[in-house]
Amino acid sequence: MSSVDIQTVLPELILSVYAMIALLAAVYTSKDGLAKPLTWLTGAVMVVVALLVAGGDGARAAFGGMFLDDAYARFAKVAILLAAAAVLVMGEATMSRRGLLRFEYPILVTLGTVGMMMMVSAGDLMALYMGLELQSLSLYVVASLNRDSVKSTEAGLKYFVLGALSSGLLLYGASLTYGYAGTTLFSGIIQAASDGHVGLGLLIGLVFVTAGMAFKVSAVPFHMWTPDVYEGAPTPVTAFFATAPKLAAMGLFARVLFDAFGQAVGDWQQIIALLAVLSMFLGAIAAIGQTNIKRLMAYSSIAHMGFALLGLAAGSAYGVQAMLLYMAVYLTMNIGTFAFIMSMERDGRPIADISALNQFAVKDKLRGLAMLILLFSLAGVPPMLGFFAKYGVLIAAVQAGLTWLAVAGVVASVIGAFYYLRIVYYMYFGEEGEGLELKMSPAAWVALVGSAAIVVLGVVNFFGIETAAAAAAEALVN
Amino acid sequence: MVGLEHYLAVGAALFVIGIFGLFLNRKNVIILLMSIELMLLAVNINLVAFSSYLGDLAGQVFTLFVLTVAAAEAAIGLAILVSFFRNRGTIDVEDVNVMKG
Repeated sequence: MSSVDIQTVLPELILSVYAMIALLAAVYTSKDGLAKPLTWLTGAVMVVVALLVAGGDGARAAFGGMFLDDAYARFAKVAILLAAAAVLVMGEATMSRRGLLRFEYPILVTLGTVGMMMMVSAGDLMALYMGLELQSLSLYVVASLNRDSVKSTEAGLKYFVLGALSSGLLLYGASLTYGYAGTTLFSGIIQAASDGHVGLGLLIGLVFVTAGMAFKVSAVPFHMWTPDVYEGAPTPVTAFFATAPKLAAMGLFARVLFDAFGQAVGDWQQIIALLAVLSMFLGAIAAIGQTNIKRLMAYSSIAHMGFALLGLAAGSAYGVQAMLLYMAVYLTMNIGTFAFIMSMERDGRPIADISALNQFAVKDKLRGLAMLILLFSLAGVPPMLGFFAKYGVLIAAVQAGLTWLAVAGVVASVIGAFYYLRIVYYMYFGEEGEGLELKMSPAAWVALVGSAAIVVLGVVNFFGIETAAAAAAEALVN
Repeated sequence: MVGLEHYLAVGAALFVIGIFGLFLNRKNVIILLMSIELMLLAVNINLVAFSSYLGDLAGQVFTLFVLTVAAAEAAIGLAILVSFFRNRGTIDVEDVNVMKG
């Protein structure tokens, strides 16, 4: 361990030390009384660390190649940190109104974020596993944060059991990969298959690792936990689940597939293509019957993961770039949408029924319009950013010769547009109902209107993140 | 002579028993936790067998990490289970059904 190694992991180090200090400080002082300042402070620390990460350049490997710091990891880390900070800050008021703002919440989110940062930087099966588990264990606890509610604890329990199963699958695959490659380092695993021939043992390892990872990104057929966990968890926590961990899992997925199994593109391409097409269709079709908006967003995120996997299935640098852009746009849209969903109340009680949105936009023009823009973007309607993100992954698939997959993507996108537009219909032309109170803190208002503005204005030049994503993809694939 | 393949066979058998325990068990959530533990231990057998076969220590280091994480995982699982029991009054798998799906 040298000082260079320490410098490479400095962002993670800062966040973990911060989490431990914050935990001690809160336990030894006023406990939950400190929760509000701690939430804001955590958001600020995350933004500072994101700036620190964004300032880095070049590619470095620490701890003998176990931890990689390259443009790809930095892109993912900045997005993860900003998304986590945004979700923390915008959910603070809602959490405290529901009596859920305990001091553990920001600390667990911080530790989960450290896990996610380790995931996208992993250069070794052990580092991968430790990062993944740090993230998962924190998420199991925040899912059941509302410990007096049956739904929340049930969500935590389901998430825990299925998450542990997926970790088991991934780990079994990792053990086979280790055995047949003779090393746990990604750089060693890729050399074990450098003559273009991947042995059977390694291939079985690859399949298990892929299955475990598909669980984490909630790709069909490993999606069954998603709707229940989204519905049961407190809404600000659901907002967190729908954003940063998804990007981290996709980032890890691409990292393993390219860094460790880059010689076997032909082998994993078929698996990813199948996962993508199943996710897109199931997400689009199963969401139609939903009346709970949180369950609907769960199926929506399954469909979106299908599109992101489309970029990965292309197996090219352009595909990875399209996937990263897609995920960045997905994060922006979901932060805005969940800022809206978490503020839905009637008589002081949270509601998640879609019919409560009837006539909403007629009464509240600005926030209705912001939601309309976000829903159009989620559906992939042309003038919004969501369309260009979808366009990118579809083009990547076509360029890789997967035209059938791109056609399937377009069809699924059209089916999926129905349920987004149905919400818009309710908001503008629905029947007069009991109405809805939208209690928004200034932070949530900024998140909603800001992300709607980004989704429209980003059309001009993606705010320049396209070049960053291209550099990131270049760093990963070559 | 007991060779690598024997250990792998035991590991695979334990792993499959663990997975079947998760899916076929209809009684009790504690059994789910035991099945998860069984899966992780099957992986450990694999790792140690490979490590000894390859003459490479990394596998045994991996095993130690897995053991540590499995302990943390069991602690969190039991904690969630306790708070679920307080709300629902039962830990039968069939009763984990407030939400459909």
